[in-house]
Amino acid sequence: MDLKDLYQEIILDHGKNPRNLKKSDNFNKDAKGHNPLCGDKVHIYLKVDENNKISDIAFEGSGCAISMASASIMTDLMKERKEVEVKELVDDFLEMIKQNPELKSKILGENEKTKLMSLSGVKKYPMRVKCATMAWHTLTAAMKNANEETNTDKFE
Amino acid sequence: MNINNIKKQFPIFNNKVQNNDLVYLDSANSSQKPQVVVDRIYDFYTKEFSNVGRSVHYLAVAATNLYENTRVLVQKYINAKDPNEIVFTKGATEAINLVANTFGQKFLGEGDEILLTELEHHSNYVPWHYLRKSKGVKIKFAEFNSDGEVTLESIEKNITPKTKIIAITHLSNVTGAILPIKEITRLAHSKNIPVLVDGCQGAPHLKLDMQEIGCDFYAISCHKMYGPTGLGILYAKKKWLEVLPPYQGGGGMIREVKKEGITFGELPNKYEAGTMATAQVIAFGESIKFLNKIGIENIEKHENELTKYGEEILRKNNSVKLIGSPKDKGSVLSFTLDGVHAHDIATILDEDGVAIRAGHHCCQILHDKLGLSATARASLGVYNTKDDLDKLNESLNKCKKIFEG
Ligand SMILES: Cc1ncc(COP(=O)(O)O)c(C=O)c1O
Repeated sequence: MDLKDLYQEIILDHGKNPRNLKKSDNFNKDAKGHNPLCGDKVHIYLKVDENNKISDIAFEGSGCAISMASASIMTDLMKERKEVEVKELVDDFLEMIKQNPELKSKILGENEKTKLMSLSGVKKYPMRVKCATMAWHTLTAAMKNANEETNTDKFE
Repeated sequence: MNINNIKKQFPIFNNKVQNNDLVYLDSANSSQKPQVVVDRIYDFYTKEFSNVGRSVHYLAVAATNLYENTRVLVQKYINAKDPNEIVFTKGATEAINLVANTFGQKFLGEGDEILLTELEHHSNYVPWHYLRKSKGVKIKFAEFNSDGEVTLESIEKNITPKTKIIAITHLSNVTGAILPIKEITRLAHSKNIPVLVDGCQGAPHLKLDMQEIGCDFYAISCHKMYGPTGLGILYAKKKWLEVLPPYQGGGGMIREVKKEGITFGELPNKYEAGTMATAQVIAFGESIKFLNKIGIENIEKHENELTKYGEEILRKNNSVKLIGSPKDKGSVLSFTLDGVHAHDIATILDEDGVAIRAGHHCCQILHDKLGLSATARASLGVYNTKDDLDKLNESLNKCKKIFEG
């Protein structure tokens, strides 16, 4: 059944108890994301050190289980990642959601892959894809310290 | 009234949706269409098509007559005085934009106030918002109470000597509250303030009598009224349509066009520029006949019973919280479910063929006040049954199960 693919244990767990859900008071970059269709919101805070590495990451937001779980899993994954790695992981994740059957990145451990793949259930629910991708697009904006809100209408 | 016979007239229910029988609980968003309406569109395009109001050939004259017949059907249905008080638009949204734009142009200026309510759909707020910039008007919002109602008192409190127009919903598309529009109109008229009613949710469910209500403008969305998309209606008292400026310019709405100047046509052409949604207008005549055949009083009674039943079973379900409990309520059931976001509810229900809406339902002001980013909404139409509401409740229990593990 497809619903079981969509609402896997990992998603339900992260959706109910999102990790890193707090306002960071120690950040130097941030960005906001918004899905006008459903009202989901996310605000990502980053502390990026002098080596272009994320030393701290947190988010605030509200939304459905998928969007909260996605932000939770993503923020966990990005801790201590360098900018190039962040870009690689975001691209890999978005490509997987869009078309690729698997994740390709070599820097991912098996455990991390399993967590990310738990979000692949949205592929069968076109209306819910943006729930899974909003936090990732917003992370990209946060790395650039974008002032303008990331609006899901603008994603491809 | 035999609901099974009525339901049979809606072809959508003959087909499975993702292998499920369709439980359609999204009629406040848009209603399904009876076969007669679908057939009318097909017949018009296959046997009778021509543009209206332009040519003198047989088909053009016949099409024009059909088009104008619907105007008269609508006039009678809502008890307007004159068919020319019925203007066809692309939707209720355009009907409200038409009034906001033309009334704003002619009668509003710096510091004037427009009174809306916190229940309004974005369609009855955004068109007025433009006048803040262009005219410097102020927009006020009459508050809704803890039951999700806007009372006469709440309107009265917000009227000032600067109030120039009141624009209110007939029936809230979130809380279901039916506003005392007759009393509000009496009050407003005693102070010489015209009233626009957003009748999108009122028209499909309640008996309409423009003489009794007395409002100046009433906006209708035909696709919510068992009619085609792309069509709305503005009822406006003739005295307003005569004094307000034209809205859009184009063919059909003019009398004479010269290089030095233009004179405009008479009603109803003045407000119907360009080629209109001809097939939809003609098919909408069948929607009115469909409603007349069943009788709106019967529909109201049926939907009231269902609404009460729905409220009852949802109240018994401890995890469900209903949004608003207005005394006078239409067939809209908005709710939240403990621990499950509205969008997750909608996706899980969809798997069982239960179609509801989730989100802010184009009412962000209302949701902000309630501190909710989204709610789930089940809304009813003439074809719904208690069985549909039981299925809704069952599927909600399934949501709980999935989320509670
Ligand atoms: C109360 C209310 N007003 C206005 C509208 C807008 O109607 P339409 O989109 O048909 O123009 C709707 C429909 O969503 C509505 O429910």
